[in-house]
Amino acid sequence: MSIRLTNIAKTFGRTQALEPIDLDIHDGELVGLLGPSGSGKTTLLRIIAGLEQADTKPAGRIQFGERDVTQVHVRDRRIGFVFQHYALFRHMSVFDNVAFGLTVMPRKQRPTSGEIRARVHRLLEMVQLEDFAKRYPAQLSGGQQQRVSLARALALRPDVLLLDEPFGALDAKVRQDLRRWLRHLHDELNFTSVFVTHDQEEALELSDRVVVMSNGRIEQIDTPEALYRAPANRFVFEFLGDVNRLEGDVRDGVLTCGDAQLAVSELDDGREELLLRPHELKLADAPSDTARLPVTVTAISPVGAEVRVELEADWLPAPWLATVRHADFERLAISRGQRLYAIPRRWHRFDDEATKRRQPTAA
Amino acid sequence: MITLANITGSTPKRVLPGFGLSLGISLTFVSLMLLLPMTSLFGQLSGISLAEYWRIISDARVVASYTVTIGAAAVAALVNAAFGLLLAWVLVRYDFPGKRLLDALMDLPFALPTAVAGITLATLYSSNGWMGRLLDPLGIQVAYTWVGIALAMAFTSIPFVVRTVQPVLEDLPNEVDEAALTLGASDATAFRRVILPHLWPALVTGTGLAFVRSLGEFGAIIFIAGNAPYETEITALMIFVRLQEYDYVGASAIASVVLAVSLALLLAINIWQGRFIKRLHGGGG
Amino acid sequence: MQRIGDAPRMRRILVISAVLLSALFLLLPLVAIFAQAFAQGVAVFWSNVSDHYTLRAIGLTLFITVLTIPVCLVFGVALAWLVTRFSFPGRRLLQTLIDIPFAVSPVVAGLVYLLLYGRNGWIGSWLDGYDIQLMFAWPGILMVTIFVTCPFVARELIPLMQAQGSRDEEAAVTLGASGWTLFRRVTLPNIRWALLYGVILTNARAVGEFGAVSVVSGAIRGQTNTLPLHLEQLYQDYNTVGAFASAALLALIALLTLAAKAGLEWRAARQEA
Repeated sequence: MSIRLTNIAKTFGRTQALEPIDLDIHDGELVGLLGPSGSGKTTLLRIIAGLEQADTKPAGRIQFGERDVTQVHVRDRRIGFVFQHYALFRHMSVFDNVAFGLTVMPRKQRPTSGEIRARVHRLLEMVQLEDFAKRYPAQLSGGQQQRVSLARALALRPDVLLLDEPFGALDAKVRQDLRRWLRHLHDELNFTSVFVTHDQEEALELSDRVVVMSNGRIEQIDTPEALYRAPANRFVFEFLGDVNRLEGDVRDGVLTCGDAQLAVSELDDGREELLLRPHELKLADAPSDTARLPVTVTAISPVGAEVRVELEADWLPAPWLATVRHADFERLAISRGQRLYAIPRRWHRFDDEATKRRQPTAA
Repeated sequence: MITLANITGSTPKRVLPGFGLSLGISLTFVSLMLLLPMTSLFGQLSGISLAEYWRIISDARVVASYTVTIGAAAVAALVNAAFGLLLAWVLVRYDFPGKRLLDALMDLPFALPTAVAGITLATLYSSNGWMGRLLDPLGIQVAYTWVGIALAMAFTSIPFVVRTVQPVLEDLPNEVDEAALTLGASDATAFRRVILPHLWPALVTGTGLAFVRSLGEFGAIIFIAGNAPYETEITALMIFVRLQEYDYVGASAIASVVLAVSLALLLAINIWQGRFIKRLHGGGG
Repeated sequence: MQRIGDAPRMRRILVISAVLLSALFLLLPLVAIFAQAFAQGVAVFWSNVSDHYTLRAIGLTLFITVLTIPVCLVFGVALAWLVTRFSFPGRRLLQTLIDIPFAVSPVVAGLVYLLLYGRNGWIGSWLDGYDIQLMFAWPGILMVTIFVTCPFVARELIPLMQAQGSRDEEAAVTLGASGWTLFRRVTLPNIRWALLYGVILTNARAVGEFGAVSVVSGAIRGQTNTLPLHLEQLYQDYNTVGAFASAALLALIALLTLAAKAGLEWRAARQEA
């Protein structure tokens, strides 16, 4: 079931939580709404669910497939909603929680109790909790509770599954597992899902497409690869990962900042700020033909396949972060206090509107 | 010489001062003001045989007073359960002009002396009072009947239900409502199957406390009750009557029944509440 | 935000029925008290209030209340300090025991005091030998008043002090504060509003206690009659306006209590926000 939002806006009192927004989500897509807190992502999700009412001026429209649901009450929208803190009914067993949506259907549409039992057990099997049917929510771990909450949301075979920071309250390891598991489930059952997250890694790993939001606006909608490769603006670039800044004066194709120099032949003279990703920095014993950026190592932390190295220098107002492979780390025998040269592989620069990405002038 | 610190074995581990002093004050007060007077009841009763005790507490007029008291208290508690739930719901869930005033009004029965409540209700509902004049033509007699007793009991105990349910309802996360609604439940179904079970412990506790309070209430009731033997005489009044007859043994025997029932109910409420809360918040498994 | 029972019709029905029922059930009696008290005009009200026996009853009631409050205050603070700052065997039992006055019928409370301290009681008969009479005199009234009001201060303080924990006090101890200084400078500022509220409740109950007092007072007009007992006598003598004049005074105290409570709650809410 596709979702189409047209001209959806939301104001709380005097603050505009959402500027008028258009958004198309395709049938069977898994879309992440990504943004910092206060960006309006949760509000947007809740408007899709029918838990919040969009502003009536301007009049927006929400369609599920061909169905216009703008005026449809949340209980009739046929959505599944998964809450950040699970919102399980504490006084009901796991079985009763999952069966709830089926048992409250109008008598005529309600399946027989035998059918309900069979369906709930199939769902519990799917979320790998068939042995926990008789337990109460308080007796389950956070990850298990969130799986129950998912089974409960899926019990009514909703057209659309909506998840509000579904893994936000869980610890890192469980979050990893659940993410992968949700992705499989989505591919298997092929429903349309929208989830909210403030964790860029989660959004990039899980989504078919990511909607990046800030200040009630959509900044960019793209696939994870495209988003990372071609950020639409400075906000997206900064939000998607760690950023190192280099600010200096350009004259005759060379940017100078204290005793640091970088060749930037295609830039006009004037004040410039360049942005660099940690993995786009190379460390070396000596400056290259195009870059002379002397730095001192102040901290080293091995994280997974890479080593994160913190760099400082007189000409840097804030420390830089570089990620290097273990092989390079050992070759250079990097240690704290060591003096090295940073060599950018590429750098980014954002005008007010347009985006430019350049390789440093070829060496 | 033995000091308090010696008796209590106050160890050097206690960081904060005042253990000996606060323990001394508390124990002295509790023993002298609470426990010692209670023992006098048993002292008084130890003088009579079990058969004699039974004869006093099963006297027909006394038994009639149990029936009146328990029946009226039960009705008052049930009315309060419904009324208190409504009030708590309205005060927590809705905004409307005068809400703060209504909220403050809920405490009136606790703040108003019971004798004042008693004469006021009696005057209001007597046949020429404001309410009595309205109800009399309809054939509804409140003053000097057990309805009046139930009314006085309900008046004095309404804050128990409101004030126990209110905080629980306030703490109920909005997600619980939303979860029920996203699963397609109607308002009535969601209230019955999701909200009410959450409020249940508080509602039962509040109703139970209101019931216990009604069993012992005296000042608010005697003015409106009429106090006709076998008809509208409450047990607390029976104790009072025996005392005025200088029948201390009789008064003590009846008082021991009232006391035992109140304390047993209080204990039962506490145990029941403990169990219920345990299930909701984990433990065991 | 979608909530259960938010449909405008439902909301209107529930609010209106709650307001109407409360008005009928709670507000009407309050109005009736003052209407009755002033039924024959302000002058009659005033002459009722300034009647000799009424003034004596007011005097006794104030006297009892003024003596009750400090006792309850000291006990309440000591008990709250004890059960929230230390752990020792019997702590929970102690906490349960102080609820007894709430569960016990006031008549039973009066009775047990009468049995113990009355002329035939264990202690009473012994005191009688020294010609000291506690029952049917003001000391008896004071004792039962303390009995029925003693939980209020402790009940207000315990949850608050439990929630606050003892970190502040422990920090103060490491800084060298001790004893009275610690309590006055660190603990008291944190609990003063709860303490005040406890005192207000104690005051309201002490002024209005009827059942327990009527058992031990003897109700001698002009001597052992508190204001609630006095209004009972007037009412039994068919002096309704006189009875309601006293009732209006007591209701006024109740209203001040409610106003003070609302004020304190408003203050607390504003501090949180």
